[in-house]
Amino acid sequence: MAYLKIENLTKTFGGVVAVNKVSFSVGQGTLLGIIGPNGSGKTTTVNLITGFLRPDSGKVIFKDRDITGLRASKITNLGIGRTFQMVKPFYRLPAFKNLVVPLFSPRVKKMGGHFGEKDSLALDILEDIGFERDSSVPYKPASILPHGYLKRLEMARVIALQSDLIVFDELYSGLTLAEVASISPMIEKLIAEGKTIIMVEHRLKELFKIAHKVMVLDQGTKIAEGSPRDIMKQPSVKKAYLGVEL
Amino acid sequence: MIIQRRRERIDRPIKAVTDDIFCLSSIREISYLVIPRILPIVGILLLAFLVPPYWKKVMVITFIMAMMALSWDFMASCGLTSLGQALFFALGAYSTGAINHYLGLPPYLSIPAGTLVGALLSTGCIFPALRLRGIYFSMVTLIIPLMLMRVIETTGILGGTEGTRGLTPLPGITLTMAVSMAALWASFFCLRRLINSDYGLIFLALKDNDRAVEASGLTILWFKVQAIFIGSAICSFCGAFMTHYYMSVGMSAFALDLSVFPMAASVVGGMGTLAGPLLGAVILGPLSEALRSFGSFRIVIYAALLGAFVAALPEGLFHYLARKYQQIERWVEAPSGISED
Amino acid sequence: MLVYGFINSVILALIALGFSITFGISRVANFSHGGFYILGGVLTWCFLMKLGLPYFLAAGLAILIVGLIGLLMYKVLLVRLRGLELSEVITTFSVGIVILELLRSLGIMGFEYRTPVFIDESVEIFGVGLGIQRIIIVGAGAVLLVALHIFVHHTRIGLAFRGVAQEEHTSLSVGINPDRISMLSLALGSMICALAAVLILPLGVISVDEGYDILIKALAVCIIGGLESTLGVLVASFIIGYIEAFTSMYISSSLISVVPLASMLAILLIRPSGLFGKSKEIEERV
Repeated sequence: MAYLKIENLTKTFGGVVAVNKVSFSVGQGTLLGIIGPNGSGKTTTVNLITGFLRPDSGKVIFKDRDITGLRASKITNLGIGRTFQMVKPFYRLPAFKNLVVPLFSPRVKKMGGHFGEKDSLALDILEDIGFERDSSVPYKPASILPHGYLKRLEMARVIALQSDLIVFDELYSGLTLAEVASISPMIEKLIAEGKTIIMVEHRLKELFKIAHKVMVLDQGTKIAEGSPRDIMKQPSVKKAYLGVEL
Repeated sequence: MIIQRRRERIDRPIKAVTDDIFCLSSIREISYLVIPRILPIVGILLLAFLVPPYWKKVMVITFIMAMMALSWDFMASCGLTSLGQALFFALGAYSTGAINHYLGLPPYLSIPAGTLVGALLSTGCIFPALRLRGIYFSMVTLIIPLMLMRVIETTGILGGTEGTRGLTPLPGITLTMAVSMAALWASFFCLRRLINSDYGLIFLALKDNDRAVEASGLTILWFKVQAIFIGSAICSFCGAFMTHYYMSVGMSAFALDLSVFPMAASVVGGMGTLAGPLLGAVILGPLSEALRSFGSFRIVIYAALLGAFVAALPEGLFHYLARKYQQIERWVEAPSGISED
Repeated sequence: MLVYGFINSVILALIALGFSITFGISRVANFSHGGFYILGGVLTWCFLMKLGLPYFLAAGLAILIVGLIGLLMYKVLLVRLRGLELSEVITTFSVGIVILELLRSLGIMGFEYRTPVFIDESVEIFGVGLGIQRIIIVGAGAVLLVALHIFVHHTRIGLAFRGVAQEEHTSLSVGINPDRISMLSLALGSMICALAAVLILPLGVISVDEGYDILIKALAVCIIGGLESTLGVLVASFIIGYIEAFTSMYISSSLISVVPLASMLAILLIRPSGLFGKSKEIEERV
């Protein structure tokens, strides 16, 4: 059975069909990339899957359980974690305290696997994703963190939640090549640990290096699905991105 | 190369020393830390007990209004800015009035009961609005008290425009004042404890990015409910207390004054910390009593101060003073012509 | 009843229009709307009674002054707070309170304070006797709408307004100064508000408490109709206008003031972006 199965998901905003009968499935332990030009409904799809928007019709089935229309926190507690496109940390709190918040969730309490005080746990996670431990950076208010660190903080949240399915919404946006190169291994490590990942991305080159399968959306409809190489050969995909067939 | 001057702020040496150190080695350092914290507490204690009776009454009102300011600031720190704090006050006031009038319970029972009932009712009233963001939420907080006022006026329940009178008075002015001050300290320290704890982080996080809190597996609706309950409980207590203080309850419980003062006190004093609203209330409270003879003009003053501070000194007095206390500002030469990278 | 409902609706629309324009263009929710309204009326009264100016001049002057105050409010206070929505609301709210309570403490109360109707006659329409004032209100409302439409769609400044309303950053890059436009929109909104006051206040007495009511009504109409849509404002004012008329005739006239409040609450709970609103963000359930 597919780990995550989406059936005919549809969402309309006052006359504009943002997501139009999109269906796809994701196998456990794989990385699915979702690409498409701006306005194709990628983030809306993510919101629909993770419970931040209620679909007009269609189903979201996770681990054989229908989670359509459940609230976002419930879905998170069932094992789906997500990052946000517009990164906004908890500005007033120190960086590591940002992570203490998810440690309060029922999921973390239930899964255990975290030993020790929340503070030191948070610092451990931060170290794992690239914050230098001995520096004072984790203790400073999150408002001073540069963009690369903020993205890592977003990642840290899903790691803290020990999510089984992670949805990254434009994680690579705004990062330098070096930063992307240092984050990609972390994503591959997550896959190696058995997590399932969906990545919505614009940076195709970096995405194609790690994705097992890619799906293309255009104006709310799925227009292609397959391995990265096959996708880029399809004329409909080229047309969607470039507006003209090459 | 042109030499330009820029303003630089650095921590005072004594702050740097006292910040991270466990062992404080001199009286000077210890007093740097301790005095700003002890002084206000001792000051208020002395002031309260040593002033003549007329001023004791002023103190009571100031303490009550300080509690209202504390609760407004707390709710605002959680991202819930209410333009109608008077609602919570009034619900507590009317509950206590009803309990005392119809059930005949004495103040030391009716006030706690009224506080609880008021808090529950307030949470219930605001609950439907909790899904709304930002200013839409604030608009609803503005509307609900006004609506309730109209309904009471027209249907005449709970005493209508006349209100209920002849309720049990509170014993003695000194005891009253002591109780109100105790309540103030209790709220202050409890809120402080809450916000500084890890659990309190969640509330602060609500304001910065509530979607992220939801994405962390925490149901924000539940936390907003908790925040409203705590905030409205404090205001309901104020309402309950004042009902017995004035021995009556009526439409004046919904007064605009009660909604504007907490905001003004918090903005003037400094939002985000709990000491700020306290400072603001201590300044504006006696000021407003002194202006009592001017009637409506009082609100003009608060509102004007509110507007002026929001625009000119948004950080509030407390932050401003704290900054001066902790940091030195000076003009430093900075060579310009350094390339932007 | 149909006729009263119609007139009531137009009145509501006029009141709400100023607020809607300011918010639609500069995203500033001007909570001092009620204050400006009453101020407009009081200034007109002053010029009329104390200085003995002719009606047109008194009204015109009052409207200009209120517009000026709106402009100043933006320039002095709001420009520092752009983008901090809540601070803007608190500031405008406090300005409104300052104006209203100041007027209250100066004693603006009672029968003495009323602006006279323009023409003191009545006319029969559909079997209902109507004061000419009310007809003027409807006429003025129509003229205003047309004028606004022409302004917004056919002048350069109007174009700038629409640009800033839709996308502030892009407007910046095209050379439009959003601050100036917002300032002007605030002035325009306040002037329309004062105009509404000049037209409507003759029907009753100038009372400070009504100022708060005005703000509530404007908010109600705008929220129900959708904060960014003029069409929404019109439709909503008709809906509320008729419900109010209905309530006043068949249920109880003292409950009229509950109508806008209750409807506003209802809409916020069911469909927060309003009937014609376009804000996707608000739809999100969090």
